[in-house]
Amino acid sequence: MTALEKPGPWPARLDVLQSFSGLLLGLFMWLHMLFVSSILLGEEAMWTVARFFEGYFLFGYGLPWLVSLFVAGIFTLFVIHAWLALRKFPAQWRQHRLYWTHLRSMRHEDTTLWLVQVITGFGMFFLAPVHLYLMMTHPELIGPYESADRVWSGMLWPLYLALLFLVELHAGIGLYRLAVKWGNFSDPASARRKLKRLKWAFTGFFLVLGLVTLAAYIKLGIEHAPQVGEPYVPASLRTAP
Amino acid sequence: MNSRSLTFNVFRHNPRDAASQPRVVQYQLEETPGMTLFIALTRIRETLDPGLNFDFVCRAGICGSCAMVINGRPGLACRTLTAELPADIRLFPLPGFELIADLSVNTGKWMRGMSERLQAWLHPRETADIDALEARMEPDLAEAIYELDRCIECGCCVAGCGTAQMRPDFVGAVGMNKIARFRLDPRDARSDAEFFDLVGDDSGIFGCMSLLGCHDVCPKALPLQTQIAYLRRGMARQGWSAKPAS
Repeated sequence: MTALEKPGPWPARLDVLQSFSGLLLGLFMWLHMLFVSSILLGEEAMWTVARFFEGYFLFGYGLPWLVSLFVAGIFTLFVIHAWLALRKFPAQWRQHRLYWTHLRSMRHEDTTLWLVQVITGFGMFFLAPVHLYLMMTHPELIGPYESADRVWSGMLWPLYLALLFLVELHAGIGLYRLAVKWGNFSDPASARRKLKRLKWAFTGFFLVLGLVTLAAYIKLGIEHAPQVGEPYVPASLRTAP
Repeated sequence: MNSRSLTFNVFRHNPRDAASQPRVVQYQLEETPGMTLFIALTRIRETLDPGLNFDFVCRAGICGSCAMVINGRPGLACRTLTAELPADIRLFPLPGFELIADLSVNTGKWMRGMSERLQAWLHPRETADIDALEARMEPDLAEAIYELDRCIECGCCVAGCGTAQMRPDFVGAVGMNKIARFRLDPRDARSDAEFFDLVGDDSGIFGCMSLLGCHDVCPKALPLQTQIAYLRRGMARQGWSAKPAS
């Protein structure tokens, strides 16, 4: 090893940016799961949440392009995070082999979890853009019947099922790693144990919530299949026949 | 108490012998009370195989020579009791270092390269006046510096690091601990901007992926997680505020 050229500020900035974009995406995905699961409180609840983000209760009418704009922002953040995270991926066969050998030999949870992050991140490169593009181009099709039709009649449930596991594992591990990467703990060993427990608790909670939510959409989608494409109208807005 | 019969599966290879093939050789040994891997390996060499190569100096976890991969994880052979291990023991040389022969690796060469690259020595503020009293230091600060100075450069953190395994130019926890140590020291003249030039890239602090293998295998129980996070925050601040390199 010889003295190297000066690094300049960019490696530092990209590192912070990778952590920050991951933090925003991870927290957003947890909130997203809570919003989506509003279907469990009923069709009207989910409709209310969906219209809320279109500014319906602010303007009196929905502006779906607000959602498009927001999705475009998330999409951009996703691309930036993917690009930054790619720098850490093992690229050559030699690196794959070395990491795998190391992982098997060490039997060390954090070392193993990193490979889980690589695999789940790689999976999201392909699956997340499908969902993001649909939401960006058709934000008005977010609603109890509309979403249920997409899940069941639109055959997207396998994609959502896969994404649920990819996202929840990746976000849980990633947020834990952010804490140990940057955190200042007076007792790091006990903090790490607690963070690890918290991480698994969150992952478990959101996986269960996600599975129940997806089941609810599938059930609704099957029931609504004969009238596929018909939007949901809340009781208060229905005109008498 | 019946003593166990231990089976040692030891990696054997001498890269300087053209006829040598990497292989695993089995040795059987009766366990004795208080047996460490140092004692076991010495007994194997004395009674079973005088050609077995391994390094030891201090036998007390201070010199850092005897680090090896013990049942998959890096550790110091002299501080590992066979009683803590199953009867089947696998011993391999530390990965990531030049193999001398069998269990002996050249950590010194790697450590020297790392030290020269990171300039891991004190850069004093002024030339020392040996007639003057030394500047005083708060006991807490001296203690904190001493804590990081306990590193014995055994190489376990490098062998336990997935990043270092994949990227040979990565300085590892041992390198970052050195920077952290001199950064603490008020006698060192270097500023954060200068430390940044040494570790502020992906082969330094920003290459670390927080796998924490280093922290978990360090035989001296150095606070590596804390030190790496501390250095990362400092270097990130430095990088964020720095002007592009001229």
